Amino acid sequence: MSANTSAPRRSKRVLPGFGLTLGYTLFYLSLIVLIPLLALLFKTFSMSWPQFWEAVTAPRVLASYRLTFGASFIAACVNLVFGLLIAWVLVRYRFPGKKVVDALVDLPFALPTAVAGISLTALLAGNGWVGQYFEPLGIQLAFNPNGVVIALIFIGLPFVVRTVQPVLEDSEKELEEAATSLGATRWQIFRHVILPGIMPALLTGFAMAFARAIGEYGSVIFIAGNMPMVSEITPLIIIGKLEQYDYAGATAVAVVMLFFSFVMLLVINALQAWQRRHAGMPA
Amino acid sequence: MTSTTTLKTLFAALALGASALASAQSSSLLNVSYDVAREFYKDYNQTFIAHYKKTKGVDVKVDQAHAGSSAQARAVNDGLAADVVTFNTTTDVQFLADNGVVAKDWAKKFPHDASPTTSTMLFLVRHGNPKNIKDWADLTRPDVKVIVVNPKTGGNGRYAYLGAWGSVREKGGTDAQAADFVAKLYKNVPVLAKGGRDATATFLQRGIGDVLITFESEVVSVEREFGKGKVDAVYPSVSITAENPVAVVERTVAKKGTAELAKAYLDYLYSDEAQEIAARHAIRPRSEAVLKRHGDQFKPIQQFTVAKYFGSLTEAQKVHFNDGGQFDKLYGK
Repeated sequence: MSANTSAPRRSKRVLPGFGLTLGYTLFYLSLIVLIPLLALLFKTFSMSWPQFWEAVTAPRVLASYRLTFGASFIAACVNLVFGLLIAWVLVRYRFPGKKVVDALVDLPFALPTAVAGISLTALLAGNGWVGQYFEPLGIQLAFNPNGVVIALIFIGLPFVVRTVQPVLEDSEKELEEAATSLGATRWQIFRHVILPGIMPALLTGFAMAFARAIGEYGSVIFIAGNMPMVSEITPLIIIGKLEQYDYAGATAVAVVMLFFSFVMLLVINALQAWQRRHAGMPA
Repeated sequence: MTSTTTLKTLFAALALGASALASAQSSSLLNVSYDVAREFYKDYNQTFIAHYKKTKGVDVKVDQAHAGSSAQARAVNDGLAADVVTFNTTTDVQFLADNGVVAKDWAKKFPHDASPTTSTMLFLVRHGNPKNIKDWADLTRPDVKVIVVNPKTGGNGRYAYLGAWGSVREKGGTDAQAADFVAKLYKNVPVLAKGGRDATATFLQRGIGDVLITFESEVVSVEREFGKGKVDAVYPSVSITAENPVAVVERTVAKKGTAELAKAYLDYLYSDEAQEIAARHAIRPRSEAVLKRHGDQFKPIQQFTVAKYFGSLTEAQKVHFNDGGQFDKLYGK
């Protein structure tokens, strides 16, 4: 139809030919991601279907899914709100020590998660700096699902901040000024001007924080209390099965987690695509 | 000319280096062991190396690797080239035997069922024993909070559970009564620790619970670590014998030619010198003489073996700790 499509075009690419680049990409992804995941699947093949089903639907395992996915969801939601707030402050305000605050955001990335778990437990336990003020109120922060959520909020925060921040930096202030001059309220500006632009990034950050929380082990294990049916996370169930030399059972539960994480990521990708279309941006 | 000579020298040097490496390899051992045995084997290795040099005139090098006992067993099974394994639960060695990594009859290869040392389960209470905890029965009192390791994730926890169960049997109770007792005890557990050290930290650093059930060897190291006077050790009227089994990893020694050295390494664990080192690290020696010498540390306690009430740890694992077993029933709905 248009003249552009028929015109011969040879643009210079930084990387060598498409075939080579794609081939390398697929090879590398297979090596690093796909093959290990396939190995996981193969380990479960030693089980029959009823055995598999029994292993992944035992009451303790079901309770652990509820805790892991529930706590991860709550933590990701909290991070969505407060991560956006932090990103906003870091982008739009200037204040002394901003660089330090900016660096602090990355700390949960860099810190060994076990260290985070141990320090959080020390803080939140009944005799800890923070925990001692909550205990008289009858609120137990550590060694129950509360502790799990707090640990997951901690490790998930940077994901939201770091995905939203660059998008906020790029967003055009002129649009907001135009909206103001047209008499829009602050809430209207946020709702109709800012939010649509950052929504895909927010959702991505949410998805990453959520996915990371599902697989988190080190920081949670010290603070959870690990009581069966109450505060056992799914990764602990997997470790427990390995301790019983139940390789197949451990991988079976791992495969279920993998499946749910994958579904979650697909849903969020679909949400993002829908959101982009909705906002009238190129998908 | 000169370049070829340089090349030749280089090759010669490389060959020499390689042969030196090879010979070094054949007289080095890797002992794969559990977490808290690190200090003991550090001392033992020195003594063994000196002993081997004196008797055989050979310099040996012993490397050690420590982590959770069954994690280590899995690593060896998956290919970690250990020459010997020294664990704290017989199930871990049995797992390797079942997979053909160690000899099927490993338990008969060395004296005392191939366990040169043992430990037992004791109670650790806060200084002065404010809750007056004397014996297993006190652990089911409604006012007592018990810290214990999850038997699903740690050998320490399995022994604590079996110790509680056996304490009822030892007094003439039935299995049903034992099950009731254990169920009541675990109702008093606010936190199931992942491993021995985690349990210790929960009890001492977080200040949770009135009593910690743990290995005798851990009790002593806690006293060393946190200072005497913070906690008291309580010796219940009966407790369980926890064996520390050892085995030669046949798969590795066949490949490396270290069978003789590996056997010598484990044999020497039964010597008075080694038993003395074990006693210093609060691990119960098998040698009666050494035990007597450390009588103030290893208070006499009536002990029963796992075999007496549970057949073997492998049997106990099946009945009590595997998924759907007796332990799960305590929490299941």
